[in-house]
Amino acid sequence: MAVMVDTKVTAWKAYSTWANHHRKWLFAAPAMIFVGLLIAVPLAWTVYLSLTDAQGSVRAESKFVGIANYLKVFGDTERFWPAVLRTFMFTGGAVAAEMVLGMGIALLLWRPFKGEKWVRVAILMPLVATPVAVGMMWRLIFDPNIGFANQFLSWFGIPPQPWLSGQTTALPTLIFVDVWQWTPMIVLILLAGLTSLSEEPDEAARIDGASSWQRFRFVTLPLLRSTVIVAIVLRGIDALKTFDILYATKGKGGGSFHEVETLNVYAFGLSFDYNDYGIASTVLILFFLLIIAIMWMVTYRRKAEQ
Amino acid sequence: MTDTVTTHGVPEGALPEPTPQQRPRRPHKLRAYPIFRVLVLTLTVLLFIAPLVWMVVASLKTNVDIYDPDKTFFFTPTLENYANVLGRNNYFVFIFNSFWVALWSTVFSLILGVPAAYAMSRFTMHRSAMVVLMARIIPGVSLLVPWYFIFANLRLVGGFGVLILSHMFVALPLIVYLMMSFFDSLPTELEDAAQVDGLTPIGAFLRITLPLSVPGLATAGILSFIFSWNNFMFALVLSGANTKTLPVAIFNFVSYASIDWGSLMSAAVIVTVPIMVIALFTQKYVVSGLTAGATKG
Repeated sequence: MAVMVDTKVTAWKAYSTWANHHRKWLFAAPAMIFVGLLIAVPLAWTVYLSLTDAQGSVRAESKFVGIANYLKVFGDTERFWPAVLRTFMFTGGAVAAEMVLGMGIALLLWRPFKGEKWVRVAILMPLVATPVAVGMMWRLIFDPNIGFANQFLSWFGIPPQPWLSGQTTALPTLIFVDVWQWTPMIVLILLAGLTSLSEEPDEAARIDGASSWQRFRFVTLPLLRSTVIVAIVLRGIDALKTFDILYATKGKGGGSFHEVETLNVYAFGLSFDYNDYGIASTVLILFFLLIIAIMWMVTYRRKAEQ
Repeated sequence: MTDTVTTHGVPEGALPEPTPQQRPRRPHKLRAYPIFRVLVLTLTVLLFIAPLVWMVVASLKTNVDIYDPDKTFFFTPTLENYANVLGRNNYFVFIFNSFWVALWSTVFSLILGVPAAYAMSRFTMHRSAMVVLMARIIPGVSLLVPWYFIFANLRLVGGFGVLILSHMFVALPLIVYLMMSFFDSLPTELEDAAQVDGLTPIGAFLRITLPLSVPGLATAGILSFIFSWNNFMFALVLSGANTKTLPVAIFNFVSYASIDWGSLMSAAVIVTVPIMVIALFTQKYVVSGLTAGATKG
């Protein structure tokens, strides 16, 4: 027997035993290191930048200024606070409308029927469409002069609306676009939840003479609670961070009056249009804390209820 | 709320014949429900599909026709816009770039993410999973400035490498999240049996679990490809002239004073239609991915 082969085999065996013994971290570590390097380091850097007056070029000298940026941002009633308000309005409006419509459509789709497949395919389409293309598409439809939206209104004698170009109508119009694109996701999530429900409680309530509304309100909705919360959390996170359709339709700064400038658009503009890295990082840290706070509140309430 | 709006929608025939006491209080409304349901669902489908159809219709019009309200529905279709976009604006390069970045960011994310998801599922590493899932919550902009700085110093900005890395930041947490819930639902009996028969734990993972996970892998892979294909913000900052992806190319269309609507719409069709076709054929996987975790407590 060749000794060489023997040691090779033993070495391989030793390695294999080691690998199998440590497979937990061997499997998990690469992904975690990747995420750590790509997130933890940049995030720490962002925290550091938020405490400096970094500006102009990323290579330029910057001074440590402590919490001056935070004070400045907190006192900024011209851009920062309106952006916070718009972020809440956009997210609140969009998610609320999506939940109500999504629940309605999901209930209509709940029990099987002929042609169900086609409805499911149809509602999947907005969901996978590229948001930038979606923004451009609605930009044409909502164009005040040549868009189909105003043409449609004119059939009913309604005067043309400014839609995306109006200072007060732009944000609601974009909420509409978001609702168009993401309601299907709520439908799919709620439908998955509804399908997993057992039919007995509903049947029992029906036999007891409960009306459809009562059965929905007091039987289905409570059983569906955790699915509803998952849907709100998933959609809420994405809605807070909406960027593509806002930037694609209104461009830099959320329009000339900043009418659709949410925190994400504001921070992006500060970073890459004005290269004001210090302030941008401050806004981002605050934005990040805001998202975490909201998520914590939602999931904490959920745990408290359980 | 009226009864009809919230009825659960059991077609009459699907129920056992109700005895008089069981009969709902307003039976005539229940009978009206199927019609109501069909009407509302038809309207829903129309609302979700019509804008997309409109986009395709506009892409087949000349710019003169787009501006003419008389030609809203009746016009002579032309492929001029597509010729313009694909020929003069050389969109083939952008299509390739989008495809290339989506492909490799998906492949690398699967290689990193699937074993991690497996370990996190089998060893219930909840805290580690949280770390990876944090990536879903963090606003991407907050990472872009440091990335830009690091990658600019490494002279990587404008290359495919950075784009793939940045898209992996979206894909990896998604894959870990999806595969974790997939492995959670996969029984361990077969793995255990394989180990009894002499396979090592890693061997059992590679030769038993992975082949069983093809549906989960398909879901995770397709969704991560779609998300990467649709991603706009990272490419907007990190791509160079040669690595521009489709969404960025479309966005650049409108930086001029007047918009060439016909070409813009055909560019929008070019980016959207491939992904819709993929979604159409892999509908089952896409839906199961989008709704993963929805029914857990």
